Amino acid sequence: MKSLLLIIVPLLGAALAAVWPSNRTRPWLLPVVGVIHVALVFWLFVNPPVVAPDAWLGFDPLARAVLPAVSLLFLICGAYGVSYLGLRSERPNRVFVASLLAVLGLLSAGHQARHLGLLWIATEAVTLACVPLLHFNGTPRAFEATWKYLLVGGTGIALSLLGSFCLGYASLRGGGGGDLTLTALMSQGAGLSRPWVLIAWVLLLVGYGTKMGLAPMHTWKPDAYGQSPSIVGAIMAGGVTTVAFTAILRVRAVIGAAGEGAIADRTLLAIGLFSMLVSALFLLGTRDFKRMLAYSSVEHMGILGIGAALGGAGVTAALFHVWSNTLTKGSLFLSAGNIRRAAGSPSIDDARGMSMLTPRSAALFVTGMFAVTACPPFGPFFSELQVIRAALASHHGIATAIFLGCLLLAFFGMTRVVFAVVDGRPRKAAKANGKRFVETAGVIAPPFVLLGLSLWLGLFTPAMLRDAWSAAVAQLFPTP
Amino acid sequence: MSGTLNLLIGLAMGLNLLALGSGRLPSLIRAMSLQGVVLGILPLLIENELDWRIALLAIATIVGKGVIIPGLLRRAMRTANIQREIEPFIGFVPSLLLGAGAAIAAVALAKTLPLLPEHAGSLLVPGSIASILTGFILLIGRAKAISQVCGYLILENGIYLFGLLLIHSMPLLVEAGLLLDLTVGVFVIGIIVDRIQRAFDSLDTRKLTALRE
Repeated sequence: MKSLLLIIVPLLGAALAAVWPSNRTRPWLLPVVGVIHVALVFWLFVNPPVVAPDAWLGFDPLARAVLPAVSLLFLICGAYGVSYLGLRSERPNRVFVASLLAVLGLLSAGHQARHLGLLWIATEAVTLACVPLLHFNGTPRAFEATWKYLLVGGTGIALSLLGSFCLGYASLRGGGGGDLTLTALMSQGAGLSRPWVLIAWVLLLVGYGTKMGLAPMHTWKPDAYGQSPSIVGAIMAGGVTTVAFTAILRVRAVIGAAGEGAIADRTLLAIGLFSMLVSALFLLGTRDFKRMLAYSSVEHMGILGIGAALGGAGVTAALFHVWSNTLTKGSLFLSAGNIRRAAGSPSIDDARGMSMLTPRSAALFVTGMFAVTACPPFGPFFSELQVIRAALASHHGIATAIFLGCLLLAFFGMTRVVFAVVDGRPRKAAKANGKRFVETAGVIAPPFVLLGLSLWLGLFTPAMLRDAWSAAVAQLFPTP
Repeated sequence: MSGTLNLLIGLAMGLNLLALGSGRLPSLIRAMSLQGVVLGILPLLIENELDWRIALLAIATIVGKGVIIPGLLRRAMRTANIQREIEPFIGFVPSLLLGAGAAIAAVALAKTLPLLPEHAGSLLVPGSIASILTGFILLIGRAKAISQVCGYLILENGIYLFGLLLIHSMPLLVEAGLLLDLTVGVFVIGIIVDRIQRAFDSLDTRKLTALRE
């Protein structure tokens, strides 16, 4: 019941936001709902409920291992949202706040979905709920980005539905009775029809991979993250992509039970490495620091894909990486948003010397950049180290070499952009703009807290979290 | 019954080619909406007993794909004053050849797939694959937003056709496919909003300063 509240409370919040009269006080709904959601999630995290095997929705070990990170991110972004929407008081925020809360509710549904159809419906609904968020700025470019997002994302969603149909047909052909809960599909195991399982895997990987932003289906990402408010980028990169990742993990478990796990792992590894390579190369070329964050997100989705390909140890590392990426990337997006507002431009050609105009945001941005490029002692360093260990333990020497090479290239690319933004002398136009932007606690504390959480995650990973990750792995790789 | 079913699916496959060959938006929209109506009839033929869920699915499909979405598209075309000619990246003759090739490949491919005995003789799987490929050709090969939406709809129709294989055993999954229509709705509203937005940009109220005391 409490797991249903995770979905209902944000959706009620969204309905409330839709009828709330005041533009000024409406954003406060974001942190209020966020606090309730975090409290509920952590209560459930500490006292995990028993989920019936045939339940369609439930706070099962996999949801327990991922959802708290998303919830925390939303709360902190919600707190940032209050000050951000205060700065943007010229634009009506009714649709924005309502959609953001709806996204939280639907994400909770997607993470908890244990039914192939329900999983798809939740992902589809998240995709649609993100649309008004992307064109909040209302510029022609924002509309272009939204259009691309809908076209690419819509095709991805359509393919994942086709993949779900194929998996359903595999079950039907193998004598299944039409039960599409993932546990039922897993227990049917080798009884699933092999050709249909393989077709389903390809379609579902491409479909949910598009949502996740794995290369070469990542093309919507730079535009969408570059043109939307940074709070939207943070929630999409840390929340929406993870729901697609858990979808892939759940489907991968079914494919593994059907005896095709080796093929699934090989494709995941290939697509993960390809994503890292593509994003590393684009990171070396981009001149826009918000697009840089999008490519960095593609890179980290690649790392998740690689982790997911490496068996139990790899999936544990990938779940760890979901946490560290969500928290660190959130901090980077929010500090980048501050810099973007002060500089008036996201391009390194116009934004320079930001350490003079916005010293605190610039400090957070640089630290966040080091954290996300896996410098110790932040979370990403330890989670990526764990991925490398899992890769070496399973004798993937060449893949590890490519992985490390891509990390190095990404480091070069990101330092190049970040220091171009931070160092030097500010432009005159930016100076005038930057004086108007005040670094209040409301826009500095949220990214600072996120970065602090990332540090804490790296230095003192709680045993309880590690247990949650192992429990999720036990759910995905059941020992017969 | 299977004869009528195959006839209708064959008609839908013919409409794919018509959509690929049409050079003007209204005829493309007409081909697509007709295909939607044809597909809407299919569930009634597949099920022998008339279940209310099946009837609802059929009605929702016919109204959604055959009336509402084409209506929205036509309205978008009028309000946005879009030129009626389609600008192809892939010419009409190559598109048609590709479409015909896709239909042949679909039939050949469907022969190699392991199907349940009751589905072996039907055109559902070839029709589905052919429509999906047609949708992709339109998505890639057409420049205008509205023709891309039509491509997306035909892709979606292909997926719907495939879903009909499962309508007996897992109706919920098939009905969920209706949500794809919602995506299209958002697409179209996106176009309209976009255009209206631009109209307002040039009709900035701050510029309306001629009427004053």
